[in-house]
Amino acid sequence: MLTWGSMTMRLSETQRLFASNAVPMTSFSGILRRLHIDGPLLGGLLLVCAFGLFILYSAVGESNRLLMNQAIRLGVAFVAMLIVAQLPPDFLRRWTPWGYAAGLALLVLVLIKGDVGQGARRWLDLGIRFQPSEAMKLAVPMMTAWYLHDRQIPPRLGQLAIIAVLIIVPTLLIAKQPDLGTSLLIAASGVIVIVLAGMSLRLMLGLAVAAVPGALVLWNFMQDYQKQRVLTLLNPDSDPLGAGYNIIQSKIAIGSGGMFGKGWTNGSQAQLEFLPERDTDFIFAVLGEEFGLLGVLTLLALYMFVVGRGLYIAVQARDTYSRLLAGSISLTFMVYVFVNTAMVTGLVPVVGIPLPLVSFGGTSMVTLMAGFGILMSIHSHRKLLPH
Amino acid sequence: MIGLLSPIKDVHSERRLFLARVVMASVVSLLLMGAVVARLVQLQVVDHELFAEKSQGNRVRIEPVPPIRGLIFDRRGRVIAENLPAYQLELIPEQVHDLDDTLNRLAVIGLIEVEDIPRFKDLSRSGPRFKPVTLKFRLTEEEIANFAIQRPRFPGVDFQPRLVRHYPDGALVAHAVGYVGALSPEDLPRLDPASYAGTSHTGKTGVEGSFESDLHGDAGYRHLITNARGREVPSDTSELLDSLPVDQTPVPGANVYLSLDLELQRIAAQAFEGRRGALVALDPGNGEILALISSPSFDPNLFAVGMSTSQYRELSENPDRPLFNRALRGAYPPGSTIKPMLALAALETGATNLTRKSLCRGYFQLPNDDHRYRDWKPEGHGPVDLHDAIAQSCDVYFYEISGEIGIDNMHDYLTRFGLGSRTGADVGGESPGLVPSREWKQNNFRDRDNQRWYHGETVIASIGQGYMLATPLQLAAAASALATQGKRYRPHMVAAVEDALTGERRMVTPERLPDVEISNEFYWETVIDAMHDVMQGPRGTARAVGTGAPYEMAGKSGTAQVVSIAQDEKYDDAELEERQRDHALFIAFAPLDNPRIAVALIVENAESGSGVAAPIAKAVMDAYLGFDDDAP
Repeated sequence: MLTWGSMTMRLSETQRLFASNAVPMTSFSGILRRLHIDGPLLGGLLLVCAFGLFILYSAVGESNRLLMNQAIRLGVAFVAMLIVAQLPPDFLRRWTPWGYAAGLALLVLVLIKGDVGQGARRWLDLGIRFQPSEAMKLAVPMMTAWYLHDRQIPPRLGQLAIIAVLIIVPTLLIAKQPDLGTSLLIAASGVIVIVLAGMSLRLMLGLAVAAVPGALVLWNFMQDYQKQRVLTLLNPDSDPLGAGYNIIQSKIAIGSGGMFGKGWTNGSQAQLEFLPERDTDFIFAVLGEEFGLLGVLTLLALYMFVVGRGLYIAVQARDTYSRLLAGSISLTFMVYVFVNTAMVTGLVPVVGIPLPLVSFGGTSMVTLMAGFGILMSIHSHRKLLPH
Repeated sequence: MIGLLSPIKDVHSERRLFLARVVMASVVSLLLMGAVVARLVQLQVVDHELFAEKSQGNRVRIEPVPPIRGLIFDRRGRVIAENLPAYQLELIPEQVHDLDDTLNRLAVIGLIEVEDIPRFKDLSRSGPRFKPVTLKFRLTEEEIANFAIQRPRFPGVDFQPRLVRHYPDGALVAHAVGYVGALSPEDLPRLDPASYAGTSHTGKTGVEGSFESDLHGDAGYRHLITNARGREVPSDTSELLDSLPVDQTPVPGANVYLSLDLELQRIAAQAFEGRRGALVALDPGNGEILALISSPSFDPNLFAVGMSTSQYRELSENPDRPLFNRALRGAYPPGSTIKPMLALAALETGATNLTRKSLCRGYFQLPNDDHRYRDWKPEGHGPVDLHDAIAQSCDVYFYEISGEIGIDNMHDYLTRFGLGSRTGADVGGESPGLVPSREWKQNNFRDRDNQRWYHGETVIASIGQGYMLATPLQLAAAASALATQGKRYRPHMVAAVEDALTGERRMVTPERLPDVEISNEFYWETVIDAMHDVMQGPRGTARAVGTGAPYEMAGKSGTAQVVSIAQDEKYDDAELEERQRDHALFIAFAPLDNPRIAVALIVENAESGSGVAAPIAKAVMDAYLGFDDDAP
């Protein structure tokens, strides 16, 4: 992770590079603006990550090695955010169709020659190993926003149909890997764009009604383990040692935490391994057990601040592409938080979605932070761009 | 083209629309988060106590602690069964990478046998992966030393100290005391699962089996902090320890004091060295079992320690049947040992009197039948009365009066002496023997002709042959009843049970059984006097044994045919296979005026009751009464 010391050193170098610029470099906010960084958003993210590392330390059994591991990932993700923040929105918009097309090509490629891991074909090894589906998390909302950029919103029905295709094709490709969680998130990020673009509420209602038979079709597409998860949600006690075990144990963990929790590293559910996947998808239950309602609400408040700041940036954005994209990135993050916390508390079926910025693992972290980099770019380039 | 199709963008209305949608999305977001928060409040505030309790139950597991088995002592407080720490070889399945390979290599270095590998594989796969499987219950010093060197080659295999039942005198007490063995599925229905939760062995036979409930004790339990897989986690966090419920310490099993005399047992066993047979010695005054031998014997420690398949096969397939308890389960024709009892029956029923004499010519014939019922003495005993018939064991005398006694009376009186049914001794596992009767024959034969009782069958029954069967224990009990002139006690081996914690002893009260009632005391005296003459009279069959002894004793020899000899066949012992020779029996008691010991024994295929069996009886009585050479 970057320390403030090394950060300032970098800043002094940047200062020299941009010496001719009119922006005064003496104030802290000036430095941030020069780096295209949004101070409040950065602050919110840093707080979430710091809190997350704190919980993770307990969840990984107080292992310094794993903690460092995660801290390094976070550092890499912050660097990615910083880089993306430097790219002006116009530049991003111009390259959007190419990025989307390349992403689709990689998705097809991964289905043909991807690496299999845990029964799913998600990874592609082209010199470096990566998941093309991660790139699509950003490429889909970008493409949707790109399509609507030159058009009058709300979009007309025909345009919606085209957008639907843009969303559904990558969604199905990813669902086929299979990676239901990611494909649903990607579909959501696209749908959020058209909702923000003003799609008529009546149409949304109609689609929601139509979604019922759609859900039945989806049910047929689902793998057995996915169906099991839905059934388990409906009645977790039906199979307390099998599929329902995760939910039962995480509810016990959270519930036994009470108002103030059992104290850091003192959660018996988590520390005695009753809680499955305690450092990844179910880390929220560790937080609930060890820090209680107070800790849980604190983290949720930090998340809400980040989402709120993102939506503020979206509202402040100067063009259609920017505001739709910024809105989608912020709300998708919100969906992440909701799906994970609702899953761990037993409100929705177990979907393999980690708690953003807190769960152990780095695959989605870079994408998430790159998304926040886009938000920062949109906000910080706004005044520099001709209106 | 795009310009033509799309109208000029209305920037302001677009911003208004977008703002409205962001507001809408924010509201929806807040509602969703509100749902999560409401759920959290429900879990963490409303239902907190419920979940707190569940999490407690989740991590605290109750583990049984087996009690220490009670000790067994002989009548002078010498240890017969104890618990010794021993190292046993254990395998923890989850720590073994390649189970097949590990077991094979253990077999190569000789710690386990190849035949047992499949059994260990099943055991390793059936239980929890962290639960050790015992491969060998007791390692020798040498095996421990050898394995210690090889241990790095066997990850997951190690030796652990455990308490193992140990019988210091091994084979000497095996048939009297029984043994413990590993709990098997067949044991489970009769055992209390709560009490046996942590127990690995249970009493199988003898006192170990019949006093299991006293010896075992009650399991305690302790609370463990475990992880989700049930494994104990070292609890250095005091917060977790403090919240544990109180443990329950196990109640050790009671110590059991036997009436058995280890020294007497040893002397009897030495007498049986190299012979097949059994001996039971009782105290006629209370029914206490003083010695109980079945030869050959086996090392009961093999069962306590666990033996390999080949060791077990060696025991179970041995033609001498060392596992068979002849003293309790061996049902033999009692032969002439029943003559004193039949004499009493004959006197009491008037079938004979004290002065009646018979001329013994060496055989007896029923009217209208040319079948000769032989006497053991081919040339005959000449004129004999009842006293002579017992002292010299004249068969013809009894053949002659058999018709007058009748099978019904025979059955009646022998049953009163305890033959034909289990004595009910506390060692368990007895065979009931058999005293035939008309009714028995009726019920046990299918063929109508065979269901009839024939006169000839009464004749051979009068010398304890034919269908009649008795166990050495039954004969010892009958000898006791003769010694006491009819006062009977149930044979028993346990004299006292001692609470291991308080030291409080519960004495076992001898159980009085219905007397053998004979109207005239003189009949008793006559029969006992005749038995005295068997051993110490001028013409007694066992006078060679008893003459010159410093105390007075009574006895009766017996010979039991193993195979029936066909009529007119030349009777030649030498040609008979060793195992087809007659069994030698003897019953005895002493001292004559106040009997303190009664003995019954059989030596298989030893032919001569007075020649082979009587000396053993005398040796045991000598030892018990303190007349043996090496008496203290």
